[in-house]
This record gives sequence, C-alpha cells and structure tokens, in this order.
Amino acid sequence: MSTETTSAAVGPVEGVTLYDAGNPAPLIEPPRKRTGKTPRSTRGNFEMAAWLFMRLSGVVLVVLVLGHLLLQLVLDGGVSKIGFAFVAGRWASPFWQVWDLLMLWLAMLHGANGLRTVVNDYAERPNTRLWLKGLLYTATVFTILLGTLVIFTFDPNIR
Amino acid sequence: MPAGTLYRGREGMWSWVAHRVTGVLIFFFLFVHVLDTALVRVSPEAYDDVVATYKTPIVALLEYGLVAAILFHALNGLRVIAVDFWSKGPRYQKQMLWTVMAIWFVLMVGALYPVLGHAVRALFGS
Ligand code: HEM
Ligand code: HEM
Repeated sequence: MSTETTSAAVGPVEGVTLYDAGNPAPLIEPPRKRTGKTPRSTRGNFEMAAWLFMRLSGVVLVVLVLGHLLLQLVLDGGVSKIGFAFVAGRWASPFWQVWDLLMLWLAMLHGANGLRTVVNDYAERPNTRLWLKGLLYTATVFTILLGTLVIFTFDPNIR
Repeated sequence: MPAGTLYRGREGMWSWVAHRVTGVLIFFFLFVHVLDTALVRVSPEAYDDVVATYKTPIVALLEYGLVAAILFHALNGLRVIAVDFWSKGPRYQKQMLWTVMAIWFVLMVGALYPVLGHAVRALFGS
C-alpha cells in the first residue's frame, strides 16, 4: 500500500526508467533547430515583411481611419453636412489631401494583404486561388489608382 | 469542438473570427466608398445625389454597423499587436480582449447620438 501512494505522485510511465548510461535515450532534435538544410538566412522573406506591414499599417490606420470617422460622422453635424461643397473645402487643404491619400494607400494595401491571407486559407484548388487572387489584385490596383487620381485632379470649379 | 481540428473555441478563436469578418467587410466597404467618392469628378449633382441616400435612416443604421465593425477591428488589432510584441501579451490576451470589448461598448454608446440622432429625428419629427 505504501509503495502505491508514493509512486502515484510520479505516475506509472515516469516511474520506470527505460534508459540508463549503457542504453541512453534517443536524442530528439529540437523543432526549429538550424540544420544543414536550413537556408543561411531565414529572415528577410516576403511573408515576414507582410506580417510586419500589417502591424505597422494597423497602428497608423487607427489614427487615420478613426480620425476620418470622427470628422465625417460625428463632428460638425455628422453625415448631414457632407456634400460636394464640403469635400471641396476639405481638399483645398494639402493636409487633408495627404491624410486621405495615406489612408487610401495604407487601408487598401492592408486590406488586400489581409484578403490574400483569407484566400490562401479557404480556397484550396490552385485554379480557384489563382482567379480569386487575380480578381483581388486587379480590384486593389484599380481602386488605389482611381482614388489617387480623384484626390490629385479634384476640381472645385468643375461646373 | 470536434476533435482533430485547430479551432479551439473560446475567446481566442472567436475574436480571431470576428477580426477576420470585420476586416473583410471593411475592405468591401472601402471599395464601394472610393467609387462613390469618385463621383466628385463627374459632377457636384451626381455626388450630392448619391450622398443624399447616405443620410436616410436605413443607411444610418448601416453606418452604425460600419462603426461597430471598424471599432472592433481597430481595438482588437491593437490587442493582436500587443500579443505579438509585448512580452506579457500572450499571458494577458484574455484580459485585453475584455478591455477591448469594454472600450468598444463605451464608444458604441457614445456614437449612438451622433450617428443615429438625425435618423431618429427624420423618423419621428424634430
Ligand atoms: C460612413 C462613414 C464614412 C463617411 C461618411 C465617409 C465620408 C467621406 C468623404 C465625405 C470623403 C471625401 C473626402 C473628405 O472629405 O475627406 C471620404 C474620402 C475617403 N474615405 Fe471616407 N467616409 C466614411 C468611412 C470611411 C472608412 C471606414 C474608410 C477606411 C477604411 C474611409 C476611407 C476613405 C478614403 C481612403 C477616402 C479618399 C477617397 C479617394 O481618394 O477618392 N472612409 N470619405
Ligand atoms: C483601424 C485600424 C486597423 C488596425 C489596428 C488593424 C490591425 C490588423 C492586424 C494587426 C491584422 C493582422 C491580424 C493577424 O495577423 O492575425 C489585421 C488583419 C486584417 N485587417 Fe486590419 N487593421 C485596421 C484596419 C483595417 C482596415 C481599414 C481594413 C480594410 C480595408 C482591414 C482589413 C483587414 C483584413 C482583411 C485582415 C485579415 C484578417 C485575417 O487574416 O484573419 N483592417 N488588421
């Protein structure tokens, strides 16, 4: 009875030693150990840059997007004030032009890269992945170019 | 949760699901949003006509939903960044999620009047 209570703390498996000095346990290689087959540098690849970009752009977008929402939806009468004249007033200032431009590029690249991850996760057939990513990149380039063009060519005296 | 899956349930998984869903929603919104803003290059009337629909009560509700999605994605995004870069981040991920939800709730209550006030006035008279 006493042997049972003392060995219970150790457990049945750990209690028995299968190995000793003459018969050592096999060595298990640590999971991410550098071996001869590991590339010399595992840094500086595209996926790591993308991962870092998601975090850096995220921090900047907090200011840009939440500031944008505050200006458009909360301050100065909320949505009710928005119209052509309002936009003309905003884009008369280079400060807001740069703000919107930065927000456009960062949000589109951040969102597109996020969607790339989502496509990679769920679309399993190579053809589906190709088409979805082709569509995604086309829409992204189109939106960024259109938005940039609109900011730079805005004309308050269009009519 | 079924066996043999990476999906573990609980706060960690559901916050990830919500982060993903809100991220995709915001991306689709942004695509449409740049298109509607581009109407300023067509004519002031074309732009004002489309923006007029944004001031209707139903769209005001959608705007409130958009605010909800962005606030969650932004706050939870900061939490994800803290989990990745702060040495104690992984240990406090759950507490940070509840902090995120508390701040989110307070901001959503604060957004009620600015975002939906005009819709209520439009529906029930001034
Ligand atoms: C319902 C909420 C929103 C309203 C009422 C709104 C309103 C506007 C308005 C009036 C403009 C014209 C320029 C200006 O005044 O600065 C604009 C531009 C812009 N907004 Fe928003 N916005 C909203 C939400 C968002 C969100 C959530 C994002 C980002 C994810 C965003 C990104 C942009 C960008 C990138 C531009 C520049 C577009 C271009 O380059 O043509 N907006 N928005
Ligand atoms: C407001 C500030 C924002 C912050 C702090 C933020 C933060 C983040 C972070 C840290 C990630 C990476 C998550 C991970 O690797 O697990 C992420 C993913 C993502 N974000 Fe954002 N983001 C913001 C705005 C946006 C905007 C405006 C969009 C849309 C245009 C967007 C769309 C996405 C998408 C689609 C993903 C991928 C989700 C996934 O893979 O599950 N985010 N965000």
